[in-house]
Amino acid sequence: MADVNITVDGKKVSAPAGTLLIEACKSAGIEVPAFCYYPGLSVQGACRMCLVRIEKMPKLQTACTVPVAEGMVVTTNSEEIVQARKATVEILLGNHPLDCPVCDAGGECELQDMTFRYGAAESKYMEAKQHREEQQWSPVVYFDRPRCILCYRCVRVCGEGMDVWALGVQNRGVTSIIAPNKQDHLECEECGMCIDICPVGALTSGAYRYKTRPWEMNHVGTICTHCGDGCKTTLGVRRSKGGMEIVRGDNRDKSGINGDFLCIKGRYGFDFSHHEDRLTQPLVRQDGKLTPVSWEQALAHVADRLKQVRDAQGGSAIGVIGSNRTTNEENYLLQKFARSVLGTNNIDHHRTADYPAFAKAIAGKQNATATLRETMTAPAVLLIGNDPTEQHPLLAWNLRTNHRVHNGRLYIVNSREIKLRRQARAFAHVPEAGGESAMVRYLAGEENYASQIETAGFNRDAMRSFRDAVKAEQGLVIIFGSELRGDDVQALVRFGAGIGAKFVCLGDYANSRGAADMGLYPDLLPGYTDLARGSGFAQEYGSVPQQPGMDIVSMFAAAQSGRLGALYVVGSNPVARYNIDPAALKNTFVVVQDMFLTETATTAEVVLPAANAYEKSGSFTNTFGDLQLLKKAGDLAGVRSDFELIVRIADRMGADIRKLVPFGKGVRADMGQSRGAQSGEADRHMVWLSAHNLEPKLSPFDPEALLDEIERLVPGYNFSRLKLFAGHEAHTFAPEHSSVGQPSAPETIVPANDTLFTSGTLGRYSNAMNSVIENRRAPEEIPAD
Amino acid sequence: MRFSEELEARFARLASQYPWKRSALIPMLLYAQDEVGYITDEVVSDIAHRLELSELDVRNVISYYSLLRTKPAGKYVVQVCTNISCLLLGADELFEHCKHRLGVGHTQVTPDGRFSLEEVECIGACSWAPAIQVNYDFHLDVTPEKMDKVLDQYATKAQA
Repeated sequence: MADVNITVDGKKVSAPAGTLLIEACKSAGIEVPAFCYYPGLSVQGACRMCLVRIEKMPKLQTACTVPVAEGMVVTTNSEEIVQARKATVEILLGNHPLDCPVCDAGGECELQDMTFRYGAAESKYMEAKQHREEQQWSPVVYFDRPRCILCYRCVRVCGEGMDVWALGVQNRGVTSIIAPNKQDHLECEECGMCIDICPVGALTSGAYRYKTRPWEMNHVGTICTHCGDGCKTTLGVRRSKGGMEIVRGDNRDKSGINGDFLCIKGRYGFDFSHHEDRLTQPLVRQDGKLTPVSWEQALAHVADRLKQVRDAQGGSAIGVIGSNRTTNEENYLLQKFARSVLGTNNIDHHRTADYPAFAKAIAGKQNATATLRETMTAPAVLLIGNDPTEQHPLLAWNLRTNHRVHNGRLYIVNSREIKLRRQARAFAHVPEAGGESAMVRYLAGEENYASQIETAGFNRDAMRSFRDAVKAEQGLVIIFGSELRGDDVQALVRFGAGIGAKFVCLGDYANSRGAADMGLYPDLLPGYTDLARGSGFAQEYGSVPQQPGMDIVSMFAAAQSGRLGALYVVGSNPVARYNIDPAALKNTFVVVQDMFLTETATTAEVVLPAANAYEKSGSFTNTFGDLQLLKKAGDLAGVRSDFELIVRIADRMGADIRKLVPFGKGVRADMGQSRGAQSGEADRHMVWLSAHNLEPKLSPFDPEALLDEIERLVPGYNFSRLKLFAGHEAHTFAPEHSSVGQPSAPETIVPANDTLFTSGTLGRYSNAMNSVIENRRAPEEIPAD
Repeated sequence: MRFSEELEARFARLASQYPWKRSALIPMLLYAQDEVGYITDEVVSDIAHRLELSELDVRNVISYYSLLRTKPAGKYVVQVCTNISCLLLGADELFEHCKHRLGVGHTQVTPDGRFSLEEVECIGACSWAPAIQVNYDFHLDVTPEKMDKVLDQYATKAQA
C-alpha cells in the first residue's frame, strides 16, 4: 500500500497506509507507552496508556487504535499527555498492590517503569483494595489476581497466537478477572507465553518465581537443545556451588528466528541440566561395576583400548555412533576422528528423517530449501505428515501467524487430525500407514494412487481440487515429515520443483540436520558427499577408507556375532532407541559420553560425563538448514564438552592434533589462565578470548577452529560469517550441493515421536516437563475450530 | 442433555437465526435458566457444545450478566429496584421491608426455597416507582403494605 506522511512531534514520518499510529511512532524512534497493545496481536484498546494528541481531533486518542492518515499531526509528549498517562497509572494502581520489593516481576515490570516515569505512586483512592489469594493453575503457571491490570495480552496470545484459547475474562468492571479454561486450573500447551507477555507480576512461572532477580543473573542467548526448529532461548544463569546454574529461559528481547515465541521445552526444559542424576565423574567398569576414576585413568583406558582394537582388528572392527544434540563442530570432528584416526566408515547416528534421500532429490537445484523465517511469510505452505504443534512448535507458531497476519494459505496432508488443520485452507485426511506417501504420488500425477487415499471424507473431487489448488500456488513451501522416505521424497521434489516450490525436510532433534550435514553416515562424507567423490576430504584428512561402513543396525548385528571390537557412543542412546539386547554388547568395548547413565551407558566399560549444549559453544543447524551459534550459558564442575573429549582421546591415541583440529594458525596470544575460575575448559577460554577481543582458535579445544574447516570443506556451508557472528541465523545449502550415490537404508529411520512434553533422554530428566505430564489428564479430542 | 420438546424446538430455531452461531448464546442461556432454574455445569457444557464454543467462552458471558445465575434461586425471584427514581420514592425502605419479611438478604434464598431476594439496578419502570419485578412480572407503585400482599399471593401460589 502507498505510504502516508504524518508529523509526529515535529518529525516527518512516513508509513504504509493502514499502519497503526503507535507502530509509525515506533518506526521513527518515538516511544508511545502501552500495556494492552502488543505487536502481532489484535487491537484491544483497554489500557489508555498510549494517549496522544492528534490535531483536529477533539479528545486525546489512543495511538494503538488509530491508523495513520495523510497529513496527521501528532504530539506524543506534552503536559496534557503526561497528566493523562499519570491518571491512567493512578487508576491501574487503584487495586494494584504497591509491594514491588516482594513481587516476582520487580525490576522488569512495565507498570513499575511507567510509575517511575509518570509518578502517581501515591494514590488518592480511598477504596479498599480487592484482595484474592494467589492461585496455581498448572505446574508452571501461577496467577496473582490483584497484580493483574487487565491488559488481555495473555488472553490474546493464548487464543490468537497459540490457538489454545485457554484463558478468558470473567465478571465485569472492577471485578473482572482472568480465568483459566478449567475453572480452577489450566489445561493447555503449557507454553508459558502468557507469563512472558504479562507486563506485570500477575502471571508467574513455577520454574522461576521467587528464585532470583533479573539483575542477579547473566543472560546468555543460545539455541534451544530440544526440537529441530532452533529457537533462540535466553538463559538466565547465576553462580551455584557446582558452577553456573540455569534459572530461567525466555526470549523477551525477540532476538533469533523465533521472536518472542518459545514452547515449554525452550522456556522450562533446561532443568535436566542440573538434575541430581547428572554424571560428574568418569566411570570405568572395575569388577563388573562402574566405578569413579580420575580423568587421566579414564581417558588413558579409552585410548589404549581403541588403539588396541584398531591395531589388532583394523578400523572396521570399531563402530562410532554420534548424536543429534551435539554441535556441528563435534559431529564433524567425530566423523573426522572416526575416518582419519580410527580408520573406519562405521559411523552413524539415530536417524529421524531421510535427509540423504532429500539431498539426492534436491541436488543441483539452486536455492531450493526454505528457511524457517519463510514459513511465516510464504504465500502458501503444503504440509505433509508430521504434527508441528507437538513436534515443531515454532513451525506451528509460524504457520498460524502466517495464516492470521499474512493471509498465508495452508494445505495439509495427514493421516491424523492434527490441530493445524484449523488454519488449513484444505485438509487431505488420508488413511493411516502410507496415506501420505500415496497422496504424494497422486499429487505428482500418478492417478492410480487415488484409490489408496480415497475415504468417505476425502473423495475424488476433493482430491482433485486439492491438487489443483496446490498446483496453482506461486511461491509454495513444501514441508514434509519422516512419513516420506526414499522414492517418495524423490517424487515429491519432482512434483514441487515443477511448480517452483521450496522444500523443508523435518527432522526431530536440535541438531539432527547438523548430524546429517556433517556426515554421520557410513556411506556419506560431510555435505552428503559420496565416498567415491570425497577426494577433497581424503586429501585433508590424510586418508579416508573407501568402503562404506556399517549403519547403526549392522553395528549391533556385528557386535552380536563378535565382529565389533569397540563401540564409541557420543550423546546417544541406541540401546533403548533401537531396542537392543544389552547382551549383544558383552564382547564389545563400549565407551559412552553422556550426561546420564542411560540404557546404553549402563552397558559401557567407560562412561565419560559430557557437557550439554547449554554448557558449550559451537553451532547447530536446524532442520531448515539455518545455522546458528551456541553460547555457553550453564556450567557444571566435572563435565567436559564432547569436543574436548574427542580431542583428548585422539591425542592419547597418538594422532596429530594439529591435523585433526587446525588450531593455532596465525597469532600467538594469551592461552588463558591455568588456575582459578577460568581454568581448564576450552569454552571458558573462548569466552575469555572474545571478551578481550583476541582472535580465538588458539586452543585445540576451540570449536571455531573447526568451523573454519567446515566452511571451507563442506559443500553448501559457505554461509555469511557476518550474519552468524552477529547472532543471526545463516542459511546453508548442503542438500543442494550434495552428491549422494546409492540411496541409504530408510529402515534405520526411527522417528522420535516426541510430544510437547517429551524430549528423549533430556525430557526424562526434566522435572518441569515431567510434572506437566503427571498433572495432565487424558488428552481431549481436538475440536475442529 | 435433553431439554423439553418446546425448548429444543426453540433452540433449533435460534441457532438458524444468526449469521454466527455464538450470537444465540445469551437467549439460549436465559431460556435454559428458566427451564432448569439456574445454569448448571451440565447446561454450560451442553450449550457450549451446541454453539461450538469452549466452556470457558460460555462462562465468560455468564459471569458478565447478573441476570444469569449459576446457583439455584428461589421459585420466585423478588427483584427490588433501588435505582434513583425508586430510591427517591422509598425503595430502600421497601428493600429493608422485604429483607425483614423474607428473612434473607441480597441474592439469598429463603430456607423453604420459595423466594430469593435481589437488589437490582433500574428495571425500566421509573414512572411507577418504586417498582419490583418477580420473575417476569412487574408490580408497580409498591408500598410495604402492597409488598406484603404481593408476597402473600406468591406464597399461596407456591403452595398450590
